[in-house]
Amino acid sequence: MNIEQLLAERILILDGAMGTMIQRHALDESGYRGERFKDFSHDLKGNNDLLCLTQPSIIKDIHKAYLNAGANIIETNTFNAQRISLADYHMEDLAFEINLEAAKIARTAIEEYCKEHPTGSTIREHFVAGAIGPMNKTLSLSPNVNDPGYRAVTFDEVADAYFIQIDGLVKGGVDVLLIETIFDTLNAKAAIYAIQKYFREHKITLPIMISGTITDASGRTLSGQTLEAFYISVMHARPLSIGLNCALGASEMRSHIEELSHIASCYVSAYPNAGLPNAMGEYDEQPNDTASFIESWAKEGWVNIVGGCCGTTPEHIHEIASRVKNIKPRKLPILNMA
Amino acid sequence: MAAEKSIQPFLRISGLEPFILRPGSLFVNVGERTNITGSKKFARLIRANQYEQALDIARQQVENGAQVLDVNLDDAMIDGVKAMKTFLNLLQAEPDIAKIPIMIDSSKFEIIEAGLKCVQGKCIVNSISLKEGEEKFLYQAEICRSFGAAVIVMAFDEQGQADTQKRKIEICEKAYQILTEKAGYLPEDIIFDPNIFAIATGMEEHNNYAVDFIEATREIKQKMPLTKVSGGVSNVSFSFRGNDTVREAMHSIFLYHAIKAGMDMGIVNAGQLAVYDEIEPTLKKLCEDVILNKNNDHNEATEKLIQFADTVKAKGKTIVEDKAWRKMSVEERLKHALVHGITDFIDEDTEEARLQYERPLDVIEGPLMDGMNVVGDLFGSGKMFLPQVVKSARVMKKSVAILTPYIELEKKKNEFQDSSGAPKILLATVKGDVHDIGKNIVGVVLGCNGYAVTDLGVMVSADKILDTAIAENVDIVGVSGLITPSLDEMVHIATEMKRREMHIPLLIGGATTSRIHTAVKIAPKFDEGVIHVADASRSVTVVSSLLNKDNKKTFLSDIQKQYAALKENYENKKPVKQYIGYEAAIQNPFSFDWQNYLPPAPNFKGTKVFKNYPLPEIRDYIDWKPFFITWEMHGNFPDILKDEIVGTEATKLYEDAQQLLDKIIEEQWLQANGVVGFWEATRIEHDTIEVNNTGEKIHLECLRQEIKKASGQPNFSLADFIMPNEYTTNGKCIDHIGAFAVTISGIEKHIQHFQENHDDYNKIMLQSISDRLVEAFAELLHQKTRTLFWGYEPDEHLSKEELIHEKYTGIRPAPGYPACPEHTEKLKLFHLLNATENTGIILTDAMAMSPAASVCGWYFSHPGSKYFGVGKISTEQVNDYARRKSWTEAEASKWLRPMLD
Repeated sequence: MNIEQLLAERILILDGAMGTMIQRHALDESGYRGERFKDFSHDLKGNNDLLCLTQPSIIKDIHKAYLNAGANIIETNTFNAQRISLADYHMEDLAFEINLEAAKIARTAIEEYCKEHPTGSTIREHFVAGAIGPMNKTLSLSPNVNDPGYRAVTFDEVADAYFIQIDGLVKGGVDVLLIETIFDTLNAKAAIYAIQKYFREHKITLPIMISGTITDASGRTLSGQTLEAFYISVMHARPLSIGLNCALGASEMRSHIEELSHIASCYVSAYPNAGLPNAMGEYDEQPNDTASFIESWAKEGWVNIVGGCCGTTPEHIHEIASRVKNIKPRKLPILNMA
Repeated sequence: MAAEKSIQPFLRISGLEPFILRPGSLFVNVGERTNITGSKKFARLIRANQYEQALDIARQQVENGAQVLDVNLDDAMIDGVKAMKTFLNLLQAEPDIAKIPIMIDSSKFEIIEAGLKCVQGKCIVNSISLKEGEEKFLYQAEICRSFGAAVIVMAFDEQGQADTQKRKIEICEKAYQILTEKAGYLPEDIIFDPNIFAIATGMEEHNNYAVDFIEATREIKQKMPLTKVSGGVSNVSFSFRGNDTVREAMHSIFLYHAIKAGMDMGIVNAGQLAVYDEIEPTLKKLCEDVILNKNNDHNEATEKLIQFADTVKAKGKTIVEDKAWRKMSVEERLKHALVHGITDFIDEDTEEARLQYERPLDVIEGPLMDGMNVVGDLFGSGKMFLPQVVKSARVMKKSVAILTPYIELEKKKNEFQDSSGAPKILLATVKGDVHDIGKNIVGVVLGCNGYAVTDLGVMVSADKILDTAIAENVDIVGVSGLITPSLDEMVHIATEMKRREMHIPLLIGGATTSRIHTAVKIAPKFDEGVIHVADASRSVTVVSSLLNKDNKKTFLSDIQKQYAALKENYENKKPVKQYIGYEAAIQNPFSFDWQNYLPPAPNFKGTKVFKNYPLPEIRDYIDWKPFFITWEMHGNFPDILKDEIVGTEATKLYEDAQQLLDKIIEEQWLQANGVVGFWEATRIEHDTIEVNNTGEKIHLECLRQEIKKASGQPNFSLADFIMPNEYTTNGKCIDHIGAFAVTISGIEKHIQHFQENHDDYNKIMLQSISDRLVEAFAELLHQKTRTLFWGYEPDEHLSKEELIHEKYTGIRPAPGYPACPEHTEKLKLFHLLNATENTGIILTDAMAMSPAASVCGWYFSHPGSKYFGVGKISTEQVNDYARRKSWTEAEASKWLRPMLD
């Protein structure tokens, strides 16, 4: 059974925050560097994606914690792992390797989990989603307020960077590609463009999940699109699912998820933050609260994939998973052909 | 559980907002003015790299109701790929334009591809076709599909463009098959353009082209029902170009039939469309025959239409005044008068309404406000232009003036309380500044929109503004200014508002003000809202947002966020420009072979006064472009008179201006007074010019550019254009400097007259004309100086255009402007010219000249002299300048502030 068939039957659970979990390890500079990069010329602390190479066991353990909590889909630790963002750490040449290893670590985590929890069933219930983040440079916005026509990066550069990332993820064995936290739709379109090119050249296809980010009360993406305009702009990817994550807590995300569930011709995903950050920048919404919001969406018949973003933990995911377990998933709308 | 949903196969496209073409949607209006081949103005702007103004055209399209914006930058003169990228990137930064979807239009596929890489929304590609074969078509379709774009497919294949119904269908069906079966296209993302060709060309084989299109459309919609049909409508009437009456009629009749057959969208100039029901019956019948190819076997219908067209054309110019509206109800008449700005009957109509309504106030609150609401809506949606709105306001004011005595009477009788409760706006030009045209326009526009505007006039101190604001309990304060010292005064007003703990927002406007200055300098001084208003048309939205209790908070916090971001960005911005410091700048002056230079001597020394200079002569020197800018109509003169969008109104405005000018001259309303003078001058220090005023030595202090220049480029100072004293040999070879001051006086009495007659239109007209006259007078005297008084270019023959473009030798920089930005040098200029006595111009404490229509400046004759901007200067230069002027630090920082940060 593939993920598409499973989605028709039940609500699937996506994992929670990776960064929040890494923070718990309080790694210092040498922890990030590991043995391999101990003499690297620049600071590496904060380069979470690098941990796939230097601390693979920490990453694998986080994946397993989410699998134990009930996640069906785990995201690779590759949010910033394309060469444009990695250039911040002077590590652009490691893009392919980080993605390859990240996918392998996630695969291994699932294999180990399945061995430790034999069900006797042949139904595959766990999947690796290759996480493709928004990148640190945007295609629709000028970083220079006095020169609105300026762009820090070109479409081709973005698409090429994503192409290498996709190559690593696919070769490392991901089941799904997940373009997430989209605040500039044109970056996402470049990712879609790169994916389609990759599929054409390698004669394969994998399902694509797309998840945008509504940044504030305006109900728009950072690049200014309304939710429906965003949806229309990425539909040519023919995605497995469309959804929202990050920036908002579940309480603020509710109306947008409702709208999406009405207009989307594919499955709908939602993985909000654990509320909004408090004055100290910490997320303090309790698992019980996050799960209550998400449970109500499920009861409305709005969602197919749910999970957590910033600030969520295995405890949140466990709570969410147990609350939606017996709720029927949103049905795909009928596509009229004439 | 939710009921099962279904999703319909509609064409869905997007900009920042979605656009969905549902069955039953009205004809989709594609904006076509941002098309180089369709708009001369747009082409000119793009060629001149004036993208900002080009964006304004796009904005007008959106305001005029375009639902999709066609962007075409195909031009032999420009790099289309680069232009497409630049334009679309800039466009994405304008949310009010980027909200609608883009149609990327080019005959070069590489331009289309470049465009697709700039737009986040789902675009329409216009167009691809089979003209270079199936392989290429598929390749291009797949690229479009990888960006998610919908495509327009032209009915075009290797044999050429399809002209008959049969060929059109053949090609469209083939394209459909390739797109849906091989390229993965959904049928709803396919739009066909089955080619609209010119009819009535005289060639019989062209006669059926419109029918072919209409019938092909019908068949396409039958066979491929989810697809859409589009086309360029103006082609159909191409053979009648120059005859708008016939073209407009043909377009609407053609569309009437094509839309019935299923045409969904098209590139149409909405201004070039007659209202179908209002087409004159004979014309309608003739056009219908030609379009539907009826009674036309041997070109009979065509010939009849051509004959008829000639008669329409001939009488095209005669204006027949339509008096039919006089037969309507009094309410309708008032509305008509307001919308069309007609004052001729307003007295009798107002009186009639007053007798008809119970209370005089009801007339205002009823029909008059209804009419003004229509005006407001039309203006808001870009269907009326500023000059029209000002005329409407004139009508409104006149009518209100007639009613006011009755309202007063009724008040007394009934002890009637003024309960109108219109929000109050206080406007003023700040202390030290006398420029108020822009502020007056804002006042009129706000007045039109139902706000009670109190205008304190010009040169108003902060105390008076704020005292009045508190005493009258106004809702918003708006301040304006044109000269640079006014910026500091505005900062002062904001500071005072905070100190007085006021809770009403402050609007900032005027030519020198800017969003960035407001954000960085003014807004931080006052927390209750400081908003920069770029022009009069924005004032209404800003004011209404501020007065809406629900929106005010969000609006203000949005603005505050934007300004905070601007400020932060400004402060963090690494200086893009590099400065080399004053010492180094002095070492890099404009250099010249003074040794072999003989400076020209003027034909007289001292001053020459011109009293009441003939206005007809001055009139010929007027540069009209700034006049239209005052009225918020941007474009070059005289092209603007023929502009597709504002042309009609611009022409009216121009004609009104000419009429008023005639009257001004005939009845001698205004006097042009001026003075010109020349003196010996030498450069005695790096930036000091010594002027010899018959024995009295006056030192003119100049400022020098410190910006880093390309190698070989000097750091200019005006002092560089005067011969240094070491070359001046005992008066044998001595350089000179000149100066002038001109003014137009006599305006006050007429302004007052217009004010009393509630005629803002003519008031602003008069002000803007006198501004133009004074500039023209300066231009005229400068020419006379070159050819006659100083006489260094006796044979100069420059056209008016060349004068406007400053093609002459020598310059006339004005103190307070970029080449000599420090205002107090004006005192010396006035002293040398004895300007106040000779012309009547008075200098205010802030160094503004009164009357407002006054200009002064220096004359330099040096062949290498040119206009430049000093730009930012360093502390070194400030200190040196203060030394030269014997200034305290405080004085220096007061007068040099605009050059410091």
